[in-house]
Amino acid sequence: MSSDAIAIQTAETPGRPWVATLHEWVTTVDHKRLGVLYILYALFFLVIGGIEATIIRIQLMYPHNDFVSPQVFNRMFTMHGTTMIFFVAMPILFGFANYLVPLLIGARDMAFPRLNAFSFWLTAFGGILLYFSFLGGSGLYGAGNAPDVGWWAYAPLASRAFSPGHSSDYWTIAILASGFGSIATSINIIATIISMRCTGMTLGRMPLFAWMNMVMSGMVLLAISPLSAAQIMLLVDRYLGGHFFDTQAGGSATLWMHFFWIFGHPEVYVLIIPCFAFVSEIIPVFSRKPIFGYPVMVGATVCIAFVSMSVWAHHMFTIGMSSYANSFFTITTMAVGVPTGIKIFNWLGTMWGGKIQFKTPMLFCIGFLFQFLIAGLTGIMLASSPFDWQLGGSYFVVAHFHYVIVGGILFALFGAFYYWFPKITGRMLNEGLGKLHFWLFVIGFHLTFDLMHIPGLLGMPRRIYTYEPGRGWETLNFLVTIGAFIQGIATLVFVANLIISYFKGTKAGNDPWDAWTLEWSVSSPPPAYNFASIPRVSSRRPLWDLKHPEDPDSHYE
Amino acid sequence: MSTLESRLPENSAVGKLPYRGKIGMACLIIAESAIFTIFVVAYLFYLGKSVSGPTPGEVLETPIFYTICLLSSSLTIHLARKLLERGRRTGFLALWLVTVVLGALFLYGTAQEWHRLIYEHGLTISTNLFGTTYYSLVGLHAFHVTAGLILLTIVLLFGLAGRLGSEHSARVDVLSLYWHFVDGVWIVVFTVVYVLGR
Repeated sequence: MSSDAIAIQTAETPGRPWVATLHEWVTTVDHKRLGVLYILYALFFLVIGGIEATIIRIQLMYPHNDFVSPQVFNRMFTMHGTTMIFFVAMPILFGFANYLVPLLIGARDMAFPRLNAFSFWLTAFGGILLYFSFLGGSGLYGAGNAPDVGWWAYAPLASRAFSPGHSSDYWTIAILASGFGSIATSINIIATIISMRCTGMTLGRMPLFAWMNMVMSGMVLLAISPLSAAQIMLLVDRYLGGHFFDTQAGGSATLWMHFFWIFGHPEVYVLIIPCFAFVSEIIPVFSRKPIFGYPVMVGATVCIAFVSMSVWAHHMFTIGMSSYANSFFTITTMAVGVPTGIKIFNWLGTMWGGKIQFKTPMLFCIGFLFQFLIAGLTGIMLASSPFDWQLGGSYFVVAHFHYVIVGGILFALFGAFYYWFPKITGRMLNEGLGKLHFWLFVIGFHLTFDLMHIPGLLGMPRRIYTYEPGRGWETLNFLVTIGAFIQGIATLVFVANLIISYFKGTKAGNDPWDAWTLEWSVSSPPPAYNFASIPRVSSRRPLWDLKHPEDPDSHYE
Repeated sequence: MSTLESRLPENSAVGKLPYRGKIGMACLIIAESAIFTIFVVAYLFYLGKSVSGPTPGEVLETPIFYTICLLSSSLTIHLARKLLERGRRTGFLALWLVTVVLGALFLYGTAQEWHRLIYEHGLTISTNLFGTTYYSLVGLHAFHVTAGLILLTIVLLFGLAGRLGSEHSARVDVLSLYWHFVDGVWIVVFTVVYVLGR
C-alpha cells in the first residue's frame, strides 16, 4: 500500500462535525494525540496551580494580611504542591515522552497503544477527582473542602481524627489513580524503547532523549510504587480502622515519612531527568555540534538514578535520626552532585567552540544550566545535616526546591515547547514573543526565588499564613510577590504565543532547526503512521548522514 | 524537505528485539515488587509492636499444604506452556486446569485461615497492629492470586473453546511469568509471616 493511500484515510477533512473530531480524540490510541492530550491537560492544571500560587503570594505580600483565611491558605499550598507535581509536571513530561519517544527511535507507535490511552485517562481521572473535593470534600451535607494536609500529608494529620470529612480521601485516591497511570505509562515507555527500535537503532545510537526517558521510567517503577503502597495503607487506616500510622496503637508517624520520601526524593529526579533529555537534544542542535561525551551522559544518568534511590531521608534530618543515618544520607545526597556535575560539564563541552544560535529554545536551556547549577549548590548546602537542622522547614528550603522545579524543570520544559511546537503543530512559535517570554520569566523568576532564600535565612518558616511586622521580612516578601506577578505575566505571554502561533505562525516545514534526529525526517505534524517506511539508521545522527553523505557520522563509529 | 523521508534507506530485515509483552510484564513485576517490599517492611517494622493481643505466635498456623499447592502450580504452568509451544493442546489444557485448581485451593486455604482468625480469635484488620499488617500483606498477595486466577481462567475458557494454539504461546508465556511472580512473592510472605514473624 502506498503512503498516499494511508494518508487519505487519516487526513482531517475540513467541515466534519465537531462531535466526530471530539470522539476521535477521546477514543484515540495514537501516541501523538495522547501526548498532546497529556500536554494540554497539564497546561490546564498549570494555570490552576499558578493561580493557587498567586493566592499564596498575595496573602504573604504584607504582614497581617487577610486576603484569605488560614484554612484556605492551608488548602491552597496543599493543592498547589499536589497539582504541580502530580497533575502538571508528571503528565507534561509523559506527554513529551509519549509524543517523541516512538518518533525518535523510528517506531510507529508505543508498545501498548491501548494501555497508553488507559494511563492517560487514569491520570486525567485523578486530577478531576482531586478538584472534585472542592465540591464534595465534606460529603453530601457539607459544602466542599479541599485537602489541607500539605502535599506530603504527614501522619497523624491525615488520620480520621485530624482530617475529618473526605477531603484527604480525595487526595489519596487521586494520587493512587494517577500513580497507577504513571506506572503503566512507564512500563509502556520501557517496552517501547527496548522492543520497538528501528533497524540499526542500537542502544548506543539511541538519542539521549530515549535513554533518559527509559531511565526515568525505571525510576517511576521503583518510586511511584512505594507511594501507591503507602496510599493503600492510609486508606486502610482511614476506612478499615487500621493502625499503620496510628501512634496510639503502636503505629509510627515516622514510617509514613520514610514511605513518602522513598517516593518523594526519587520523584525529583523522575521530573528532572526528562528535562536533561530535552536539554541534551536542544543544546547540540543550537550549538551545531554533536553532544559531548555521549556514553558518559548515559552512565551519569544511570548513576543519578541509582544513587538517588538512597537519599530520601535527607528530607527528615529535623525529626532526629541516628548520627549514622544522618551521615549516610548526607554523603549519598552530596554524591548525587558528582554525576550531575558531569552532565553540566558535558553540556558546556557541547557548547564550547560551537556556533551557538541564541534562538528561544536555546535561551531557555542556557537559563536552565545556570539556574539548575545554583539549585544544586543550595541542595548541597541543605544536604549537610547540621545546616539542615537550622534551615529545614524554612523558606530557604522552599526557595531551593522551587529553584529546581521552576528554574530547572520549567525552563527546560519551555525550551522543549519552543523546540518541538513546530513538529507538533506544523507552525513556528513567534520568536519575538518567545524572547519577551524568556526575559520576563527570567526577571520574575530571579526576583521571586533569589530573594526567597533570604527570609528563610532570617528564620521565616514555610506554610505560615501570615507573619509579624518588624522582622525584616516585609520588603523581601513584597518583592517576592511582585516577581510572582511578573512570572504570571510571562506565562500569559507564553499562552498567547501558543494560541497566536497555532493559527498564524509561519509554516515550519519538516526540519526548521536543521536538526539530526528522526522526528525531523517526517512531516510536521507527523502522519498517524509516523514513518511511511521504517527507517534504517547507521549512526547517532541519522539526518546528518542524509544531509552530508560526503562525511557521515557512521564513518566514525 | 519532503524528499528527506524517501531518502531514508528502506528497512529490509526486521531486527530481532525482545517481545514487548515480556518486557512489559518484567516492568510490572519490578513495580509490584516495590509495592510488596513496602508492605513487607511495614510488617517487619511492626512485629511485636502491637499494644494488645492476639500475637502472631498465639494464632498463626503454618499453611504447609496450601503453600505446596501454590508452589507446585508454578511447575504445572511451566510444563503447560511448554506443551502449548509444541502444539499439544490436550496436554496443555489438562495441566492448565490443574494450575487453576491448585491456585483456587490456595485461595480456599487463605479464606479458611481468615475465617478461623476472625471467628475463633477475634483478629480483624482493626484489632491491633498485627491484624492491620497481616491482613494487608496477605490480602494484597491473595488479591494478586485472585487476579491471576481470573486471567488463567480466561485462557482456560479460550482453550476449551478451541481458540488457543501454539501461535498464542508467547502471550501465554507472559501470563505464566506473572504467575511465577505471584508464587515467588508467596515464598517471601511465607518466610516473613510464618517463619520469621513467629
